[in-house]
Amino acid sequence: MRSEPRPLPAIRLERDGGALRAVLSGDWTLRLLQPDLGTLRRQLDQIEADCIWDLDGVSRLDSFGALLLWRCWGRRCPPGLVLPDRLDSVFARLSGLGEGGLPVEPGYRFLDGTEGVGRLFFKMLRNVVGFVALVGQLVIDFFHLLHARGHWPVLETSANFYKVGVRAMPVTALVGFLIGVVLSYLSALQLRAFGADVFIVNILGLGIIRELGPVLVAVLVAGRSGSAMTAQIGVMRVTEEIDALAAMGISPYVRLVLPKVVALTLAMAPLTLWGSAVALFGGMVSANLQLDLSFDYFLNALPRAVPAANLVIGLSKGAVFGLLIALVACYFGLRVKPNTESLSANTTASVVTSITVVILVDAVFAIATRSIGLPR
Amino acid sequence: MSDQPVQVRGLETRFGQTWVHRGIDLAVPAGEVVALVGGSGSGKTTLLRQMVGLLRPTAGEVSLFGEPLFAGSRAEQLDRRRRFGMLFQHGALFSALNVFANVAFPLREIGITDEAMLQDLVRLKLAMVELEADVALRMPAELSGGMVKRVALARALALEPELLLLDEPTAGLDPDRSSGFVRLIRALHQALGLTVVLVTHDLDTLAALASRVAVLAEGRILAFGPLDEIMNVQDPFIERFFHSDRALAALARGRGIG
Repeated sequence: MRSEPRPLPAIRLERDGGALRAVLSGDWTLRLLQPDLGTLRRQLDQIEADCIWDLDGVSRLDSFGALLLWRCWGRRCPPGLVLPDRLDSVFARLSGLGEGGLPVEPGYRFLDGTEGVGRLFFKMLRNVVGFVALVGQLVIDFFHLLHARGHWPVLETSANFYKVGVRAMPVTALVGFLIGVVLSYLSALQLRAFGADVFIVNILGLGIIRELGPVLVAVLVAGRSGSAMTAQIGVMRVTEEIDALAAMGISPYVRLVLPKVVALTLAMAPLTLWGSAVALFGGMVSANLQLDLSFDYFLNALPRAVPAANLVIGLSKGAVFGLLIALVACYFGLRVKPNTESLSANTTASVVTSITVVILVDAVFAIATRSIGLPR
Repeated sequence: MSDQPVQVRGLETRFGQTWVHRGIDLAVPAGEVVALVGGSGSGKTTLLRQMVGLLRPTAGEVSLFGEPLFAGSRAEQLDRRRRFGMLFQHGALFSALNVFANVAFPLREIGITDEAMLQDLVRLKLAMVELEADVALRMPAELSGGMVKRVALARALALEPELLLLDEPTAGLDPDRSSGFVRLIRALHQALGLTVVLVTHDLDTLAALASRVAVLAEGRILAFGPLDEIMNVQDPFIERFFHSDRALAALARGRGIG
């Protein structure tokens, strides 16, 4: 059974003695008006103000159609309007609407920019305070846990370790290997020009172990695990799971934040070691192909070129980066408000902040360790 | 328009090994308020979701406005979809948009870009669901449960639908709010001449709103008709569902909502 097509809306102008009549017919509904709205509106606008409107032939009228006419009439029923009773209620609703409009969001003023800068400053200040509060809460919970041995979130920590450490190994290896190859290739081109081929070991060893390895892995982990942590805690905020935990008397800090922080701190040192090792391997392969430097020579020269202190510096950097990434991720996760916009904004903020923090802290490390582990 | 906005023929649904529907035939007459009732897990909401094409039945067919739901070109299907509005159980407001943008969203989608017209339309829809104009700039997260439902109803009405589908319209509302919402839906039904299909397990709502009741049990429609007829059907499920003391009290309460 196919439905009959509905009569299209139309306007017919009639000259009735001296007065002009606008006779409307068809369905004045959104569905039928919308396809040809522009033409109809132009037609309506051209009709003179003193004309008599006849709506007797209108088969259906919804509030969209009524509003269209209402606006054309200047928000009142025109004199001499012919309106069948069945359409009365639609216009009654419109006249009940009255004047006035919806509240409008204020537009952009010149001073808003200044205000925005101020707001940004205070927001940053609030973030710093909130971050310190989170760290403080964690320390308090940590000392509390020292007394309550049974409540250690061991299982959660282990699960998180697997998720952020073990599962991150393939991507770390891939990126590390490629960076190693590229770095080695580019350095080899320069070194060969000076006949200083053998110094490739020094460049790669010191550069990767001390600097590039930890930062590279930290950036990867911030993108991979930091965002995941923020999103996970954020969604748990949205679905009130965190409130449910708190209502059961379980501290969300102990059960959610602490395992993530501990796991990432513990996982980052071995992950850095793994990433640096693969990057060095990539560099070694590339050096072998480019400069004919044998693997034997490379491996033997490495300990001489790079004092062991550098490895300690590199791995401790990794652990500190892990701690910071997890703290930042959890902080922004807990700040999520129950809507999708806030979730995406906080996840972005989490990744951007943790990468910035990693690079800032790396600079601090560089200054603090400037006299340690460098060959003289 | 056909006289039966919703027709369901021989509909069967299976999830894994369990049959949810085993042959459902239902025709909703125009202008009626049809309530789908049944116990938990009887597939009421599933049937409603199949009516709007969110789920595809295993077998059988749903027709809206006399044409199969998935018949015709994309444009025809889209046109069919724009003729009904659906109110989801939890409102399903777009949480990133404020109330004004939520209600204006479907209107903007169909190409109404005149801001002044949009303002008037949204104001009208908000007035229809008895909300003050000053909620327009609030975000969904800042609304109470009852207000979320009202805004969602305003959004469902934005495209002037001929058919309105309501999934548990009064679930999660306190008794006062829920009778207010029932009154609102009934007033809109009378004013706009809508056809309404609702899913509910709330017998107050059922008695207050429904002009016909379809009872779903054991994967089929046990009975379909006005509430008084349904009450007289001899069936153990209907006996349990409608004739317990609690049920009779709820039905009496619902009839009292005026």
